[in-house]
Amino acid sequence: MAQRIDVKDLNIYYGDFLAVQDVSMTIEPKSVTAFIGPSGCGKSTFLRTLNRMHEVIPGARVEGTVEMEGVDLYGSDVDPVAVRRNVGMVFQRPNPFPTMSIRDNVLAGVKLNNKRISKSDADDLVESSLRGANLWNEVKDRLDRPGSGLSGGQQQRLCIARAIAVKPQVLLMDEPCSALDPISTLAIEDLIHELKNDYTIVIVTHNMQQAARVSDRTAFFNIAGTGKPGRLVEMNDTATIFSSPREQATEDYVSGRFG
Amino acid sequence: MTSTVTSPDTEPAAPRPPRRRRTRAADRGVNRVFRWVATGSGVVILAVLAAVAIFLVVQALPAITASSDELGGAVNRFGEGESLLGFTGPLVFGTLLAAALALVLATPVAVGIALFISHYAPRRLASALGYVVDLLAAVPSVVFGLWGFLVLGQNVLKPIWAWLGDVAGWFPLFSGQVSATGKNLATVAVVLAVMILPIITAVCREVFLQTPRLHEEAALALGATRWEVVRTAVLPFGRSGIVSAAMLGLGRALGETMAVLMILSPGFLYSFKILAAGQQQTIAAYIAADFPEASGLGVNTLIATGLALFVITLAVNMFARWIVARRKDFSGAN
Repeated sequence: MAQRIDVKDLNIYYGDFLAVQDVSMTIEPKSVTAFIGPSGCGKSTFLRTLNRMHEVIPGARVEGTVEMEGVDLYGSDVDPVAVRRNVGMVFQRPNPFPTMSIRDNVLAGVKLNNKRISKSDADDLVESSLRGANLWNEVKDRLDRPGSGLSGGQQQRLCIARAIAVKPQVLLMDEPCSALDPISTLAIEDLIHELKNDYTIVIVTHNMQQAARVSDRTAFFNIAGTGKPGRLVEMNDTATIFSSPREQATEDYVSGRFG
Repeated sequence: MTSTVTSPDTEPAAPRPPRRRRTRAADRGVNRVFRWVATGSGVVILAVLAAVAIFLVVQALPAITASSDELGGAVNRFGEGESLLGFTGPLVFGTLLAAALALVLATPVAVGIALFISHYAPRRLASALGYVVDLLAAVPSVVFGLWGFLVLGQNVLKPIWAWLGDVAGWFPLFSGQVSATGKNLATVAVVLAVMILPIITAVCREVFLQTPRLHEEAALALGATRWEVVRTAVLPFGRSGIVSAAMLGLGRALGETMAVLMILSPGFLYSFKILAAGQQQTIAAYIAADFPEASGLGVNTLIATGLALFVITLAVNMFARWIVARRKDFSGAN
């Protein structure tokens, strides 16, 4: 269910502009990998290349390879739609479909993938996904109410339920807690701990304490200046990054001296 | 500097306060002028609307209060013993039927074009196409009338109507003797559809472009194809926008005069036979056709039918407004 990702010599361009330069890294299965770094350093952009979501921006392209269990996501015969069905994503702001009920939100991806699903299977899937997102007990009595009626933290967990309902190999999270209060953030972080038993998780966060709390490995991205490409400065076990990083820039950042 | 004599609300620097006061006074003047201009403009629009409404009611009153015999003497199409309501009925029916058919034809096409422009076309083609659609709105309705009569009615559509009459003659809409000249309500509906296409397309395009990026990305990240993104994110978000766009188009189709007048062979029946000639007539075209020869009570009768059109169009537009307003709560910005 969880898969390993190998990125080699990846350059990301928007048109002629080189946004992220020369990233190579390995993301281990069934682990949590955190990307940290100052705003604009390309960590979100890089995250989006892992499920080809950056391609929705016209002119975006990459050089290099992103291999998932040996298969290049950017191979000529690979359909980006198929990639995104394997690599789920949770966004910065909770984005349940406003016109759908909670139940339909959870089933949205499944209905796209295999159109027919029996009602009892659907019921089971809704329950298991919502339980997986620690949301079942809060919403089980109002599955037919609109998802937009939930609180921000509940909406975000609904989005996680929606993402895991399609049983992806990898779950990408782009600052999933930045719009949430501390209690909701804690709930999501607990959830991430549970989810890593089944999924490969990659999380972008601005919150270094969060990276330290939830991740096994941490990658620090930085940018030399405006208009310069973002780079991967250092990647290591989270404990090492936060206690004795190799690079001075990493130490300055994690100790709060800049950024 | 004699700071002791400065009052608390003037600045200590001696030469500056008067200048400042002058600018502030000037600002106030501009403010006042602007407020009056803006208020005046708002009042003018209300006054014009009120004037039109009053004109219609006052001028229609003689026809409304006149007896059936008097009306029969003044209006040559008036049947014996017919009431004004019975006379206007078929016209209202023809107007609504023509506009509804035009709407049914135009809305799917407009939604398709809008989706193509907003979500499928390469950016350059999309903006070019947007201009072309807007240009369509600039074609005068007389030109549409000529084109609809000479090209569409007589050549392009005539064989289609004949075929439709053969194949689907059992269906009430397509029953009856198919017009040999294409001067039927079906041709009118097609031309009206072309005429209302730009407004519906433009509004739909704007609505679709406003679909929150978040919702489209949510669908994409679940592995949705482009069509599935449209189905799960764009159309649900734009549904009420499409309805209000269609209502705006309907408003235009209801009032369209010239094209109908030039194309339709009129009749005064409650008839669904849209392929046959001499079945229906719309209010606007009827007024334009009969006005040059009407006098006295005849003019009042025409104005009474105009009042009916005014009420219908007003109702449609208010309905559209209501839907647009309702949509605000449903923008999905949460």
